[in-house]
Amino acid sequence: MVTPEPVLRMSKVCTRFGSHVVHQDVDLEVLRGEVFAIVGGSGSGKTVLLREMVMLQRPTSGAIEMLGADITALGEEESLALRKRWGVMFQHGGLFSSLTVRENVGLPLREHSTLDDELIDAIADWKLSLVGLAADAGLKFPDELSGGMLKRASLSRAIALDPELLFLDEPTSGLDPASAAGVDELIRRMHSLYGLTIVLVTHDLDLLWQVCDRVAVLGEARVLAIGSMEELSHLEHPIIRGYFDDPRARKARERAAA
Amino acid sequence: MIPATFTQTSEREWKLSGSWTVLGLEHLTQQIATQACASGEVTLEGSDLEALDTAGAWVLQRWLRQHGARAALSHWPPRLEKLMALVATHPEGPLVQPPEVSLLARAGKTAADGLRQALDLLVFIGETAGAAMRLLAHPARIRWRTVLRNIQLGGFEALPITGLMAFLLGIVVAYQGADQLRHYGANIFVVDLVGYAMLREFAPLITAIIIAGRSGSSYAAQIGTMLVTEEVDAMRTLGIEPLELLVLPKVAALAIALPLLTIWADVTGVFGGMVMARVQLDIGFHEFIDRFGRELHGASLLIGVGKACVFAIIVAIIGCFQGFRTRGSADSVGRQTTISVVQSIFLVIVADALFSVVFSKLEL
Repeated sequence: MVTPEPVLRMSKVCTRFGSHVVHQDVDLEVLRGEVFAIVGGSGSGKTVLLREMVMLQRPTSGAIEMLGADITALGEEESLALRKRWGVMFQHGGLFSSLTVRENVGLPLREHSTLDDELIDAIADWKLSLVGLAADAGLKFPDELSGGMLKRASLSRAIALDPELLFLDEPTSGLDPASAAGVDELIRRMHSLYGLTIVLVTHDLDLLWQVCDRVAVLGEARVLAIGSMEELSHLEHPIIRGYFDDPRARKARERAAA
Repeated sequence: MIPATFTQTSEREWKLSGSWTVLGLEHLTQQIATQACASGEVTLEGSDLEALDTAGAWVLQRWLRQHGARAALSHWPPRLEKLMALVATHPEGPLVQPPEVSLLARAGKTAADGLRQALDLLVFIGETAGAAMRLLAHPARIRWRTVLRNIQLGGFEALPITGLMAFLLGIVVAYQGADQLRHYGANIFVVDLVGYAMLREFAPLITAIIIAGRSGSSYAAQIGTMLVTEEVDAMRTLGIEPLELLVLPKVAALAIALPLLTIWADVTGVFGGMVMARVQLDIGFHEFIDRFGRELHGASLLIGVGKACVFAIIVAIIGCFQGFRTRGSADSVGRQTTISVVQSIFLVIVADALFSVVFSKLEL
């Protein structure tokens, strides 16, 4: 089997806010086609790391190579071109409140293409149906949606341009178990349909066990370990043990094995 | 990236090449619409196909459906075949459209909304007055620090802008009057003109308008944002009355600050007129102040300050009221902020007109 090429490589990334060190020499690689999770306690800098990957924030030092380009040294045009190749789903949705859900999903298409409105609306509706939203949900405004629907709509906008890379920030946080399971299923489906690479930040143990190929554990300002959940379960570090030893973690593992 | 192209190789075979993606399609959507296609099975040759995304698959499937054709894919990468098949299974019904609303229904809704808003405003004023009464019964609960903070923000920090605006207004009034008065040789009456105009009308009005734009809008935006982020709900659950914490200190602060600002505007406005009188009409400062002291009475000052007090309450109440009408989104915060400014300036001018009518009846 051929080893897949890395689509994202972070090397010696350091982030500091004033004197507070968030990351110290973080190294990680995400391979094409895998579902890669970043976990860690609150304040361990997971979201900051994700924001650095999608060029919302600059690391203090270090290099980030994305789809073959060094994103810390990109011009305006190259970064725009690169941004079109990935989709981001934010923790609180990040949908535009002044647009309907259908317009939200259609926005990237409208911005970046010359397709006609009718076609864009049809594609937007199809993407909404892909994530399991009914057609009339497209006419609603984001503040009329429930938490689960908001996550789905947000995911739908993230895949509007059929990206190669998808970044998800806490895709299941704030959802009831049934909706969270629905989102798990959805991520798996997107992954198999488009064959895309997914990088996600999460606390959801079920998601980690059932969907993710590899997991990076952040702690003490660095990457403590990277590997599949199975591999990580043999490690002894106390922060890592937290993901395996408590009853909730055991249950999630049993569910995954079932 | 190579743009998508598409050529007919035989009657039932088409060759696709390039990127059939959102970015690569460009004018292909118009081009494909002009091409006829035989019904039944059509072979799509994909060996030169560089990429295909949902938009590309969608365009192809729509074209095939229009001609009653089905696609037989040859030499396609397996992943793209899967996407193509998935798009094909999606029935293309007419798009769901928002229900049409007739003109009459819209007019009715606008009227009903307006009426409801007026009633809501009355309710809000009543609730605020009730809360004020309760607070006066327990003076220890009055939040003096918040009131003082609001006076600083809405009053003290507005001193430079109100002073400058009133000064300029004084210059304008004196300049407009100077020419007329000179015709009649009544130069000295510029003192009465500037004095009465500033003290009774312009100083309270310009101050209220500036404060509506400065403080009224910020009250609406602050309360609106707090509603969106559920801070107001949190306050209620913690047993803190939002009216008491958010509205009353603002009303009290403006009711104190706006009359004081008006007096400040009186001073700078009259000074502006004085400067202009000296330049245009050769009336010295001494002469001006002398006549000002003899002709103008305390009543004019008090009328202006009294009006400012009413304007202050209007501006603060409307700002807070519109803030509380915010519903759910960033967009709504912006809209309510705008409405608060427009509405409070409108109501201030209406109130000013009412004052003029009442004062003329009372011969004040």
